Amino acid sequence: MTQDNHLTSAREGQPTGESLKLTPEQEAARKKRNVVIAWSLVAFMVAVFAITVVRLSQNIAAGAGT
Amino acid sequence: MDTIVTPSDHRAEGEAVSTASPRDYFDLMKPRVMTLVVFTAFAGLIAAPVDADPFLAFMSILCLAVGAGAAGALNMAYDADIDATMQRTRKRPIPRGVVSVANAYGFGVVASILSVLLMALASNYLAAGLLAFSIFFYAVIYTMILKRSTPQNIVIGGAAGAFPPMIGWVAVTGEISLDAVILFMIIFLWTPPHSWALALYKSGDYAAANVPMMPVAKGAKSTRLQILLYSVVLVIFAGAPVLTGLGGAVYGATSVGGGALFLLLAWRIFRSRAGEAGSAEEGALYAVRAGDKAARDLFAYSIGYLTVLFAALIVEHAFGAYVAIPGVSP
Repeated sequence: MTQDNHLTSAREGQPTGESLKLTPEQEAARKKRNVVIAWSLVAFMVAVFAITVVRLSQNIAAGAGT
Repeated sequence: MDTIVTPSDHRAEGEAVSTASPRDYFDLMKPRVMTLVVFTAFAGLIAAPVDADPFLAFMSILCLAVGAGAAGALNMAYDADIDATMQRTRKRPIPRGVVSVANAYGFGVVASILSVLLMALASNYLAAGLLAFSIFFYAVIYTMILKRSTPQNIVIGGAAGAFPPMIGWVAVTGEISLDAVILFMIIFLWTPPHSWALALYKSGDYAAANVPMMPVAKGAKSTRLQILLYSVVLVIFAGAPVLTGLGGAVYGATSVGGGALFLLLAWRIFRSRAGEAGSAEEGALYAVRAGDKAARDLFAYSIGYLTVLFAALIVEHAFGAYVAIPGVSP
């Protein structure tokens, strides 16, 4: 392992896109933030989908009653 | 190319990378304030004379919580300089250096937009518009304009914190009725005595940060008088829901009993010398010098008072405990 190993993929020797060498603490914090952002996006999409379904079913029910 | 940065540069630049955890971003949202927002909004939503879809109601409350948190993050971003000076706030994520001001702004803006959009989808455009306005009012009108320029900052700015029950009401009814305005007014009138009680025993903190809170700008004696006057108006106005039928016997009894104790504590402040030492205080939110105890007591009690008032509405409307008061309720 060299100091610059983080710049290339260990498996394929391809650039990783990283330009900074992070400390283990920084990497761990970034991973945690990324995980929360990912779950937040998933939760947002699920919320939009679920609200849409409930709204549609309400509208259909209201239409059926007229 | 990646290789233009040397390993030593990596370390130097890497030191500037954030170590903020998700918890730090959660702290930006002022969780304690958010709790009160959620609770009062829930009360407004439950008290509204409409059977709301539970899922959509839950989503509306969630949007309100995120919107309030977003406003808190924007407030902390703008007030980073003040927060670093004050004992009470210097352990917030930005003064501690774990979250940058730019990241806090970014977080606040994105969370604001998402909460308003989702609110529009889950409830109606009026509720979403009120949520957007309340975020704007708190982040821009209060934080950026009023807070540093006038001792009336929290009187006017208190409107931002008064919106949640109204938004909860509007989210399920789609309209602003008299009862929604009454719920708004109760919190609006509650804010000055609540905030000034805190400012009295933390006045040194505000003075050090050059924030013209009432005790700093007009003195402790004037503040104690105004706390008493606002308390009288608040306690009288808190009876209004009984007159419109929004509150029944449980609410009425809570309002009278809770209001009497509120007035007693406000009177004790008026008769005390709270806020006259004026030095910066060390320690936690409730840490206090002996002379300022009356101010600390009203500050702590005021939170309980508001909680109990809105809890009474929830009990009456959600658990069937509503009993009309003969000769008073319409």
